[in-house]
Amino acid sequence: MTAFKKFFAGGTPWIWINAGAVAISIIMTVGLLLLLAYNGLGHFWPKDLMLAQYSQPVESGDPLVREIIGERVGNEQVTAERIISSGIPVTGDRLMYERELVKIGNRDLNGNDFTWLLTDYLDNIRFPENLTAFERWEWGNFYGYVREVREAGTAVAVSDPANIADTAAWEALTERVARAVSLHEEIAALEKGAIGEVNYALERLRLQQRGLELRNTDTPEALAAIEAERADWDSRYAVLQEQLQELYEQIERDTVVMVAMNGQETEIEVSEIVRAYQPNGMHIGNKLVVYVQKLWEFLSDDPREANTEGGIFPAIFGTVIMVLLMSVLVTPFGVIAAVYLREYARQGVITRIIRIAVNNLAGVPSIVYGVFGLGFFIYFIGAEVDQAFYQEALPAPTFGTPGMLWAALTLALLTVPVVIVSTEEGLSRIPRSLREGSLALGATKFETIWRVVLPMASPAIMTGMILAVARAAGEVAPLMLVGVVKLAPALPLDGNYPYFHLDQKFMHLGFHIYDVGFQSPNVEAARPLVFATALLLVMITAVLNQVAVSIRNRLREKYKSLDM
Amino acid sequence: MTESNTEYAPANRSKFKKIDMSKVGGSDHGQSVEDLPSCLQVSNLNLYYGAAHSLTDINLSIPSQRVTAFIGPSGCGKSSLLRCFNRMNDLVENCSIKGSITLDGEDIYHRSVDVADLRRRVGMVFQKPNPFPKSIYENVAYGLRIQGVNKKRVLDESVEKSLKAAALWEEVKDRLHESALGLSGGQQQRLVIARTVAVEPEVLLLDEPASALDPISTLKIEELINELKDRYTIIIVTHNMQQAARVSDFTAFMYMGKLIEFDTADNIFTNPAQKQTEDYITGRYG
Repeated sequence: MTAFKKFFAGGTPWIWINAGAVAISIIMTVGLLLLLAYNGLGHFWPKDLMLAQYSQPVESGDPLVREIIGERVGNEQVTAERIISSGIPVTGDRLMYERELVKIGNRDLNGNDFTWLLTDYLDNIRFPENLTAFERWEWGNFYGYVREVREAGTAVAVSDPANIADTAAWEALTERVARAVSLHEEIAALEKGAIGEVNYALERLRLQQRGLELRNTDTPEALAAIEAERADWDSRYAVLQEQLQELYEQIERDTVVMVAMNGQETEIEVSEIVRAYQPNGMHIGNKLVVYVQKLWEFLSDDPREANTEGGIFPAIFGTVIMVLLMSVLVTPFGVIAAVYLREYARQGVITRIIRIAVNNLAGVPSIVYGVFGLGFFIYFIGAEVDQAFYQEALPAPTFGTPGMLWAALTLALLTVPVVIVSTEEGLSRIPRSLREGSLALGATKFETIWRVVLPMASPAIMTGMILAVARAAGEVAPLMLVGVVKLAPALPLDGNYPYFHLDQKFMHLGFHIYDVGFQSPNVEAARPLVFATALLLVMITAVLNQVAVSIRNRLREKYKSLDM
Repeated sequence: MTESNTEYAPANRSKFKKIDMSKVGGSDHGQSVEDLPSCLQVSNLNLYYGAAHSLTDINLSIPSQRVTAFIGPSGCGKSSLLRCFNRMNDLVENCSIKGSITLDGEDIYHRSVDVADLRRRVGMVFQKPNPFPKSIYENVAYGLRIQGVNKKRVLDESVEKSLKAAALWEEVKDRLHESALGLSGGQQQRLVIARTVAVEPEVLLLDEPASALDPISTLKIEELINELKDRYTIIIVTHNMQQAARVSDFTAFMYMGKLIEFDTADNIFTNPAQKQTEDYITGRYG
C-alpha cells in the first residue's frame, strides 16, 4: 500500500500520462504525413504494365475471354452479395472475393480508364517488355504496342508487336516524341509570351479608346493615333500567327499506329504525347529518372484534364503569394490595433468589451468572413473602385469581382484577432522600468513605444504572424467566395505592366484538394493527386512557418537576457 | 574607502564629519539651506493616489549643486516626492497633485510645460538598473537620438564623455557595441547614470540607486555621486542611513507622507531637532 502511495506521490503516473499523450500526438502526426507521402508520392512511380487474360463467368454459356492491358493500382475484398448484384454469377458459398483495380487507360476507346477485375478470373499474367505507355495532353494515358510510325502519312518504321526484340518503331517514336515535346514548348512560349503581349496591348488600346469616349475627348486625331497603334500590333500579330501556323504544321507531321488490347488498332498523333515509356523493360535507374520527371512536372507544370493530370504549380504559387500578401496586410493592422488597445486606450469597460469581441472574432466560422468579404470588399469597395478608376472596362468588372487582393484582405481580417492578441500579450510583458527609463530621458510616449517597446515585442508579433500564416494557409471556405477558382494557369505575377495583378483570380492548394477530390469526373485518377496535394500543402505551411519561427528565434536571442 | 565593516556602523561619525568639513563650507554646523541658491522649490505639495493621501503639505527648498538625501521608513513617500520632480507620477492613473514645484522659478506643473522637455532637464536613475536591450553605445546615445542628434562625431564624443563621467569608460571602451545586458549589475547602473548624464540634465534624481547592488558597486556609485555633485543638483532617495550620511550635504527625514525635518546632513545625524528623527536614525523604528 505504501509502495503504491509512493508511486503516486512521486509523480510517476503523471509523467507516464504526459509521455503517452505526447507519443500519441507524434504518432498521429507522423502517421498522417506517412499516409499522405505513401499514397501521394507512389503515384508518380512508373508501374509495370500487365498483359492478362480475363474470363469472367456469365449467366449462361461460355465465359467471355478478354485481353487486359493496364497498371495494377490496388485490390480489395468484396462480399459475394455485391458480386451477384453487379450481375456476375457466383458458384459455391464463398463469402468474400478479391477484386483488383486496373488502370486500363485508353479512355478514347474504352470510355473509362479504370476497371475492377475479379482476381480469380485473371489468368496468364505477363509483362512483355515492348508494352508502351503514353501520357497524353488529352484523354489520359494510352497503353498498347507500337506498330508503325508515320511521317506525313507514310510509314518510316514498322515493328511486329509479337516480337519483343523488334524495337525499330519504338526507337523512331522516342525521337519524334522528343521533337514534338520541344515544339510544344515553343508553341506554348509563343502563345503565352509574344501573342499574350499583343492581346494585352490590344485590350489596353480598346480601354484607352473607351476611356476617350467616356470623357468625350475622342477627337479624330486621338482615335487615329490609337488606330495606328492598333494596326501596328495587328501586323505584329499576323506575323506571329504565321509562325504559330508553321509550328502547328510541323508538330502535326508525325503519327503513330498503336495496337491496344484485344487487337484494336488506332492512330495517334505524336503531338498528343507528353511522355512515352516502356516500363516493363526499364531497370530501376531509368524508372527513377521517369519518377523524378513526373514529380517535377507535378510541382512545376500547369494542370491538365480537369486537374486530374499534370502539375499544380499555379496552385502552389497562388497559395504562397496569397499568404505572403495576407501577412503583409495583417501585421500592421494587428500591431497598430494592439498598441492602441494596450498603450493608449483608457483601460476600462470599453477596452474589455473590445478585447472580448476580438477574441470572439477569432471563433467566427471562416465562411462568414467569406460572405462578408464578398459583400463588403467585392460588391461594395470593389464596385466603387471600378466606378472611380476602371470605368472604361465596365460593364466587365476589374476589382468588383473576386480576386487575389480581396482574398488576402478577407484572410487578413480572419487572422487579425490572433495578431492582436499575441501582440498585446507581448506588449504587456515589457517591464515598466524600461518604459520609465526611456521616458525619464525625455522621450515621448510615441518615441518610447517606437524605439523600446515595439522592438522588444517583436518576437510576440512574430508569434502572432506564425499563427496567422498557419491558419490562413489552410483556409479554403472563405476563399471559394472571394477569389479562388478551379483553373487559372495565368499567374498573378507576369511580364505585363503592372506585373503584379492583384485583381486576378488564382488557384489555391486547399481548394485544389477539394476540387480534385470531390468535383472530379475521374475519381480514381484524381485520388493520388489529392494525397500529393495535401502533402504539399502541409509542407508549404510548414516551410512558411519555419521561416517565421527562425526569424522569431533570432529576435528572441537578441532580447534573451531581458527576463526581468 | 577601503576600511572594514565598521565603516558602516552608525557609531562611527568621523566619516560624515569629514564630508561636511570638505564639502559644506568647512563649518561643522554648515550653511543653512536658506543661505544657498535654490534649484527646486516645493510649496504646499499634496499628492493623492486615488483617495489615499500620500504626501501632505510638503515645503522644501532643494539647494543647487548639492546632494540632498531623502530618508525615512518604507512607504513614507520619499520616492513619491522624488517622482514629482520629473512628473513620473503622471504615468500613474488616479494620481493628483496640489501645490506647486518650481524649477529655477518655473512651475513644472504648469499647463504650458512640455513634460518630455522637463524630463530632459531632470534626469532620473531607478532602483533597479534598466538598460535598454541595445548596445552600450546605443544606450548612452539614446537620449541624444531622441533629440534628433544623429551625427556620428557628436554622438561618439558624447558617449565617451558620459561614460567617463560615470566612471565606466575604462571598463567598456573596447566593447561599446556589445549588448548592455552583458554588463554586471553595478556596471549597468553606472551605464544608466551615463545615459542620464548624456542628455546634460540640471538635476539628477537617484531613486535608491544602490539598493540592488553589492557593497563594492555601492561604493563606486557613492564615489560617483561625490564627483557628479560639482556639476549637478542631486537628489537621492535611500534606505541606507549610512549612505545618506556619507554622500549627502543635506538630508530630509520623512515620515507618513510628511516632511519631519530638513537640515544639513551633519545636523540631522548628530543633532536632530525632532524626536522622531532621532528615533529613526538611532534605529528605534523604521
